[in-house]
Amino acid sequence: MLVHRADPKPIEFYGEGIPNLKDAEIKGRLIVIEGPDGSGRSTQIQSIITKLESDGHAVVNTGLKRSELIGQGILEAKQKLPLGKKTLTLFYAADFVEQLEHKIIPALQAGYVVLADRYIYTLIARSIVRGLSSRWSHDLFGFAPKADLVFYLDVEPNELFHRVFQKYGSLDYYESGADIGLSDDLYESFIAYQQKMAREFSVMAKQYGMIRVDGNKPIPEVNVTLQEKIDSFLNSS
Amino acid sequence: MRARNHSTDESTKGILIVVEGIDGSGKSTQLHLLDKWLRSKGLLVFTTEWNSSEVVKEITSKGKKKALLTPTTFSILHATDFADRYERNIAPLLRAGYIVLADRYVYTAFARDVVRGCSPHWVRKVYGFAAKPDITFYFQVPIDIAINRILVGRPKLKYYEAGMDLNLSNDPFESYRIFQAKIIDEYESMVEHEDFTVIDATQDIEQQQMTVRQKVLQVLPRTLANRVNGTTPVAPPQAVGLD
Repeated sequence: MLVHRADPKPIEFYGEGIPNLKDAEIKGRLIVIEGPDGSGRSTQIQSIITKLESDGHAVVNTGLKRSELIGQGILEAKQKLPLGKKTLTLFYAADFVEQLEHKIIPALQAGYVVLADRYIYTLIARSIVRGLSSRWSHDLFGFAPKADLVFYLDVEPNELFHRVFQKYGSLDYYESGADIGLSDDLYESFIAYQQKMAREFSVMAKQYGMIRVDGNKPIPEVNVTLQEKIDSFLNSS
Repeated sequence: MRARNHSTDESTKGILIVVEGIDGSGKSTQLHLLDKWLRSKGLLVFTTEWNSSEVVKEITSKGKKKALLTPTTFSILHATDFADRYERNIAPLLRAGYIVLADRYVYTAFARDVVRGCSPHWVRKVYGFAAKPDITFYFQVPIDIAINRILVGRPKLKYYEAGMDLNLSNDPFESYRIFQAKIIDEYESMVEHEDFTVIDATQDIEQQQMTVRQKVLQVLPRTLANRVNGTTPVAPPQAVGLD
């Protein structure tokens, strides 16, 4: 299969952007897969990478909490002392912007397809669900480049609960919203938290042009849906 | 910036006092003397310094050593440090009625981050949650005096301190001077809009401190001001600072 070469285009940001990069040109494309833990994101991303690489695309995979400098720091800090809501949001933002400047934007400039295993939307939703101002949360992430294609893997909270439990044997403290005291019952807390997150995503779906994908369906079926949309986007851009 | 919701009960309302100015302006000395004075009068005082959060500062200093930090990362890390101190100390202590003394506050970010190229609007939005100080002292000083104070006995400047990441000059001392001059410009542009109380930092230390104390008396609630002036007896037992 012939790789279609994407035309260079000026980088676009959601807000004020990043100093020195306002006029950057990008040849690559940014594709985001969003969804909660247990929604099958990582599995989907692995198959998409395999397919795109076999089609001859250069692909970079990126996610949250992975930067060299700060990623580890967040984990350590969480263990050391409970962090406040604003602090946590800013910490993730710092981690994210580091990856943006050192990895995502250079890759886009060099013509890679960047596949992001979650992006600013999860960080914004977490912040809003924890009671921080929606305006502040969106403004903070105004440094992020606009994504070309955003998928949201929507899975029923109850189904998510089972998947997470089967995979890890326990629930993550923050992903269950245990830090915001929704319920003493961890199951109830998890369900309520995931519902709140899903609600924020449906609000953002319009604003950011997200494509909702039914993640309750079997993995191969979801994969076909994603791959078709990605292929047709890459072939037309 | 959003103003803090003032408590209706004056006795539970804290006071936020900020000092700003370039390195070598003498602001920390002044804050130290203010701290000693207020404590000696038995008031509840808490002092907080820029970039001092236990949680964040290690990461920031790691990044500084590696010279990895781009302006936006640098800016958000400092905001994280501020938010941690704000959520952990500043906000609850203000609610509890403390006098909170801040050695640098959001204005330091407004000045430095903007000099590093961040958008002024964005930086202000990021710090939008911070309470407006009751009084912000800006220690105004000619750049040569400040630089001499800083450089006496210092053979070397640190990379970020000298603003070397801005590529202003290959010579750290020249870079530092240009960097500090730009920061002064940013501070000066905020004096009116942010309601700074300008202190002439070329004056004697004692003279400056006298002015600072007079201004502080004006923003203290009546009950506290009376206590400082000695019109009500000092009640030492319950009146101790946190540290």
